[in-house]
Amino acid sequence: MSSDGKIRVEVLAERLRKGDSRALGQALTVVENGGSNALALTEALAGAFGKARIVGFTGPPGAGKSTLLDALIHEWRREGRPVAVLAVDPVSPISGGAVLGDRTRMGAHSLDDGVFIRSVSARGHLGGLCEAAHDMADIMDAAGWPLILIETVGAGQSETEIAQVADLSVVIAAPGLGDELQAIKAGILEIGDLLVVNKGDRDDAGETAQHLEAMLSLRSGAKRDVSVLRVSATTGSGVSRLKDEIDHRLESAGVAAGADRNRKRNARKMALAIHRVASRISAGIPDEDIGAMRSEELDHVIERWLASLPTGVED
Amino acid sequence: MMAYPERVLVTKIGFDGHDRGSRVVAAFLRDAGMEVIYTPPWQEIEAVVKLAMQEDVDLIGVSSLATDHLIMPDLIAALRDAGMDHVRLIVGGIIPQNEQPELLNAGVSAIFSPGATSEEIVETVRGLVVEARAARECAEEM
Repeated sequence: MSSDGKIRVEVLAERLRKGDSRALGQALTVVENGGSNALALTEALAGAFGKARIVGFTGPPGAGKSTLLDALIHEWRREGRPVAVLAVDPVSPISGGAVLGDRTRMGAHSLDDGVFIRSVSARGHLGGLCEAAHDMADIMDAAGWPLILIETVGAGQSETEIAQVADLSVVIAAPGLGDELQAIKAGILEIGDLLVVNKGDRDDAGETAQHLEAMLSLRSGAKRDVSVLRVSATTGSGVSRLKDEIDHRLESAGVAAGADRNRKRNARKMALAIHRVASRISAGIPDEDIGAMRSEELDHVIERWLASLPTGVED
Repeated sequence: MMAYPERVLVTKIGFDGHDRGSRVVAAFLRDAGMEVIYTPPWQEIEAVVKLAMQEDVDLIGVSSLATDHLIMPDLIAALRDAGMDHVRLIVGGIIPQNEQPELLNAGVSAIFSPGATSEEIVETVRGLVVEARAARECAEEM
């Protein structure tokens, strides 16, 4: 990183801490793009991470994730609580471009200073998020947003990454998706702390909720306390109950959530760094490039990971 | 900073709801590898400025088919007040010849009329995004 770049990152971190409204948008771009500036910025702000609560929303395309988020934001705003949203949309596998349209469904909040929405392209990253989602949520946290909602791309079986980022995962299903519902059985259904049947005003919604309940009762292994809720984002029925349930669960997770997230963050960074090295080696990138990446990113990540372990474990 | 996709806002301000043009242009830009934030018509200036800030876009493309382009000087002033004057602005649609100089003087970077090709639009946007990013770096060094 050039010294110019370093100065700019420090200035940006300072502006963000002071609540400069432009700085957050800009800082999110820096971490989204990765590299040494992103690393420097997250380092500079790391002391301010861990105060916010992060709720993830995932589910198949068309289940109504954005619309339900919009309805939930209304509930929190009625209590005067600020809400930040990270909305991840798929990327075109052909051009690398994307049309990011989730915020269209949250248009009612376009003039509300208590709502911050950032649209993100998955940029070729699999798993339902973008590679920088965790860092982007951290930056929103550092900027003082106390509640962060992350909406994944329309998810199928394996987009379970949200559980590694969020304090609480909400899986949104809808009636009438037939095989899609089957498809989520083995994957995202297992990560949900709350299972929501949206479009609950439809006649077949009860049946979908029953299917989910039945699947939960058949689940073996460690039982978690998972609820199934029926809501309708468009009529608003059940939405305030869902909001209460989310609040309640976040509250009871309490301080443990912050520590848990640090652990998740380190594990995830480690996995990402290893994955990046592996993919560059397999792509035949020259040694000197791998060397540069190693010194800038991987060492750093490993160092932090080791530091987070209880003492005496390193050897 | 390393290269990353152009971030572009495609929107419509004012009362006209004919959004076919803005949708087509959004698709062109996506197919050229850009990240396009798309809004429905009837946006307010304040909302557009806020969106540009949150999404950190490099350029705003405004579609105008019925005199909405006359609001452009107000949008430019609002962006300036918000400290977002590095963001470049283009207008596409039905812009009468005699009104074009006024827009260009106010700070609109380019105007596209019916018949403009996707290549023209994409090339212009790419060039303007480079300009916008350089302008911001410049402003920050001062």
